[in-house]
Amino acid sequence: MTIMMDTGNRIAAKAAIMAKPEVVAAYPITPQTTLVEAIAEYVARGEYKGEYICVESEHSAMAACIGASAAGSRTFTATSSHGLLLMHEMLHWAALARLPVVMCNINRVIGPGWNIWVDENDSISQRDTGWIQFYCSSNQEIFDTVIQAFKLAEHEKVVLPVMVNLNAFILSHTSLPAEIPKQSTVDEFLGKYVAQWKLDIDNPTTFGNIIGPEYYVDVRRAMHEAQQHAKKLIPQIANEWKKSSGFYHGGLLEYYKCEGAEHIILSMGAMGAECKVAIDELQKAGQKVGLARVRVFRPFPVEEIITLGNQADLIVIDRNISIGSEGALFNETKAALYGESGAKATGFIAGLGGKDVTYKDIVTMYMKALTHKPREQQWYGMEG
Amino acid sequence: MKKYPVKTSLSYPKKGAMGKTGSWRVFKPIIDKKKCAKCLRCWIFCPEGSIRREKDNSISIDYDFCKGCGICANECSVKAIIMEREEAKKK
Repeated sequence: MTIMMDTGNRIAAKAAIMAKPEVVAAYPITPQTTLVEAIAEYVARGEYKGEYICVESEHSAMAACIGASAAGSRTFTATSSHGLLLMHEMLHWAALARLPVVMCNINRVIGPGWNIWVDENDSISQRDTGWIQFYCSSNQEIFDTVIQAFKLAEHEKVVLPVMVNLNAFILSHTSLPAEIPKQSTVDEFLGKYVAQWKLDIDNPTTFGNIIGPEYYVDVRRAMHEAQQHAKKLIPQIANEWKKSSGFYHGGLLEYYKCEGAEHIILSMGAMGAECKVAIDELQKAGQKVGLARVRVFRPFPVEEIITLGNQADLIVIDRNISIGSEGALFNETKAALYGESGAKATGFIAGLGGKDVTYKDIVTMYMKALTHKPREQQWYGMEG
Repeated sequence: MKKYPVKTSLSYPKKGAMGKTGSWRVFKPIIDKKKCAKCLRCWIFCPEGSIRREKDNSISIDYDFCKGCGICANECSVKAIIMEREEAKKK
């Protein structure tokens, strides 16, 4: 085991290379660029022996991954923001074709106005594509989640693509230490990829052929069931990795000081980590508050949120907004509670456009939330 | 036949891989064997290969796959094929 002191992007690249994908296809976009540059360095040094395809767009990057995965290869790509949006059609394709592509997405603002900082609207707008979605809060978690993502995606009961999200700059360009296990640990954990189905010239099949309504329903339902399986497998795989590497960041959620809490803050990504500092401060001041950081947004951890609702009132902080509705995490949290728990759920939209959200902001939001009406969602930190 | 463990859109090349596409039909071609001149124009023009040619050149239609496009009726030089609306399926 070695300690690597590097940025989230370069640690994600390290994890991807150690998973030994046979094909990587990617197109650079800020703030993902240094991730694919790091992979190019592994190629240049001869440390990565797979096929590295420099494509002409993100749509092509995902299309190349789909082709390679359909031919039975382990595949990896990375993108961000507008790049992810350009992939949209192919994201549906990868999931409907049941191809276990693993991708890092660096959460970045969508323009206009042009802005390269963090917000989660890019990946949240892809939540219905069938991809499993993780949100990381540290560089160590990025490394561990990328490795686990391959295991999960390729599991015979899942066979779905997985998106590992990390915040622009706050993680992608910030150096933090991460412990890197031996290559043999990763090899043993992942094993060799054996495709559940693949294109084979000796046994030709039509892939993506026309299917009538009677079978199409089956395809959709099978994807939904695969996500339900993933819900059970994510904690299992996290525990397996803990045995192999010693690292654990939670299953579907990470709980922080929730014991005895009367209020629980829900958030995702690096802001979820910032919340821990706020919780420490608030508890010191005698407040009964804990944190549940949502690591996995798809599949959505409905049962776990009901359990939280049976313990405490929930305060949801979203770094995204479904325009005309609400923050996605707030919306789905309330939907999970419906008919199951009488918890008061309130929320905030905060940190859009990369606006800094510090632990002091989170403390302020908590204090404000105490007087919120149920279902109330406020915008936090507005200039005007 | 080998079955894949995941449900997605895959099919092997074989007759009827897409299912019985005849169910798409709105109009059904009916051959009047007395009028038929066995010229096989319908057999040549059918885009789906749904006209069956027998040893004596007489023809029949494979309704499992005929989609009812009506090209055979249009091309028939002796007007031996008529198109009839499919009856609504009885519930």
